[in-house]
Amino acid sequence: MKQKIAVQVDDLTVAYNYKPVLWDIDLEIPEGVLMAIVGPNGAGKSTLIKSILGILKPIAGSVSIYGKPYEEQRKLVAYVPQKGSVDWDFPTTALDVVMMGTYGSLGWIKRPRQKEKKAALEALEKVGMLAFKGRQISQLSGGQQQRIFLARALVQNASIYFMDEPFQGVDATTEIAIINILKELRKAGKTVVVVHHDLQTVPEYFDWVTFLNVKKIATGPVKDIFNDDYLTKTYGINYKVSIQE
Amino acid sequence: MDLQEYFSLVFSDYTLRTITLGTAVLGAVTGMLGSFAVLRKQSLLGDAISHAALPGIAIAFLITGAKDSNTLLLGALISGLIGTFWIRGIITKTHLKPDTALGLILSLFFGFGMLLLTFIQKQPNANQAGLDKYLFGQAATLVESDVWLMAIITGICLMVLLLFWKEFKILLFDADYTKTLGFNTKFIDILITTFIVLAIVLGLQTVGVVLMSAMLLAPAAAARQWTNSLSTMVFLAALFGAFSGVFGTAISASQNNLSTGPVIVLVAGVFVVFSFIFSPSRGLLFKQIRFIKNRRDLELHKTLAFMYDIAETHENISHPHAIKILNNFQGFTKGTLQKLVKKDYVKLNGNMWSLTEEGFKTAANLYNQQSNE
Repeated sequence: MKQKIAVQVDDLTVAYNYKPVLWDIDLEIPEGVLMAIVGPNGAGKSTLIKSILGILKPIAGSVSIYGKPYEEQRKLVAYVPQKGSVDWDFPTTALDVVMMGTYGSLGWIKRPRQKEKKAALEALEKVGMLAFKGRQISQLSGGQQQRIFLARALVQNASIYFMDEPFQGVDATTEIAIINILKELRKAGKTVVVVHHDLQTVPEYFDWVTFLNVKKIATGPVKDIFNDDYLTKTYGINYKVSIQE
Repeated sequence: MDLQEYFSLVFSDYTLRTITLGTAVLGAVTGMLGSFAVLRKQSLLGDAISHAALPGIAIAFLITGAKDSNTLLLGALISGLIGTFWIRGIITKTHLKPDTALGLILSLFFGFGMLLLTFIQKQPNANQAGLDKYLFGQAATLVESDVWLMAIITGICLMVLLLFWKEFKILLFDADYTKTLGFNTKFIDILITTFIVLAIVLGLQTVGVVLMSAMLLAPAAAARQWTNSLSTMVFLAALFGAFSGVFGTAISASQNNLSTGPVIVLVAGVFVVFSFIFSPSRGLLFKQIRFIKNRRDLELHKTLAFMYDIAETHENISHPHAIKILNNFQGFTKGTLQKLVKKDYVKLNGNMWSLTEEGFKTAANLYNQQSNE
């Protein structure tokens, strides 16, 4: 069975100043996978996502989403940035942040209305945060803030989700809640790409994995390639993980 | 003239009315736009822009020889914009931090502006005097046409703000995300920045290059203390700015020798200090009060929880116990005990205490409540 390719990256090279952060990346992400991007700090994991999303300009290479450039396909794509990338003391409420997920389909100037509000409330409910809709965002815990970000992406009703470390700094309950939502997304046929740090949970959470350390080390099904060999190649030390059979 | 006289004159006296209206409108527009500068953590931008405007004023005078405010402010606008986009350029093209870029442009442009001002003053031309009023501002020179200009620009600014409200908000909160949604973030950014430059240039005549940034920051910083909603914050900042303008003008007009700009800025400063102290949710005063109250509650809870642990082991929860088995480690003092009695959680009988039904229930739910928060 040949799977459709959701995201295709060709010869992508990104550099800050003279130092390459991503070097000649070729990557195909099949439709419907729940994929982890793993690699050490500074491996370019966030950079890869940001380049695919057009936030960063690569010095070479191209990205296509279902065969077309990102600009034409952005409504198919949703993004969950790192939680630390925004100022949580910003004067706004949880519901308001989730509503921002509808701005893309609204386009310029048009205001969100009842329909958008309803979608945002549904997303809040999905992540278990409906009770906090009116809460000022600085008064949410780290895990709750992460859920708000997830809800904002869910509202976009996309086909492909990119998430930058959604499990960072969240407690076990939130982690389980988030992974359940991700698995639901996959069940619905969506493609989910997650920058992930906890190697122990990779086999449990994901079915696809990409090893990245400036260059792409390997990409494929977790059961085929998530082994000590590639981990050592990626992290540069002799790595041993026990994978449960 | 005293304050009372001022307020009776403000509606009849042409000059006074013009100045008051001018400073009020100015305060409103800078407060409004200042909210965006503060939330973007670009507080120093206003300072850099106003200083960058100075050479423009001097050059406009040198080229045209005219001293009417519109020509000079056009010069200020152009050099303010150049300064601003240089700052942006330095930040994106080099690895200098924003504060370095701001400081650099601020002092370079200001230095150049001062140089030009002294050059102009040395010229044998009777027309040269008065340019230095742009350093500290001189509200008394405001005429009706200036106020009209301010009002028109404020109106345009308000319309743009309402039109692009959603875009401004999302850009301020999460610029990268805004980009992924397909918005041209550069355009939104330039729109905000241009209006900030415009507002600052408008204020140069009244408040001056040196103090202008306070008009941008003070009302916004004060407003942030009172609300957790962006729209309320922008509205409050405009209100605080307008009031600073009016009160500042009133005070300076009633005390003959005080120059208006600094007084307006000081009034805005009073708003800030008042807000920092007295805001119910973020203010220092209520924070301290809440802190003390929480600590007292905690002491009370500790005693109650200790009593609960003892009472739990008996079938009758109101079984009396000796007071001396409580000790200081549990936060127990005569005061806390009295408070517990007052709340009807505990009954005292000589040297013995016993939990009431209600006290037992409250104690049992103490930890549940906390973990639900």
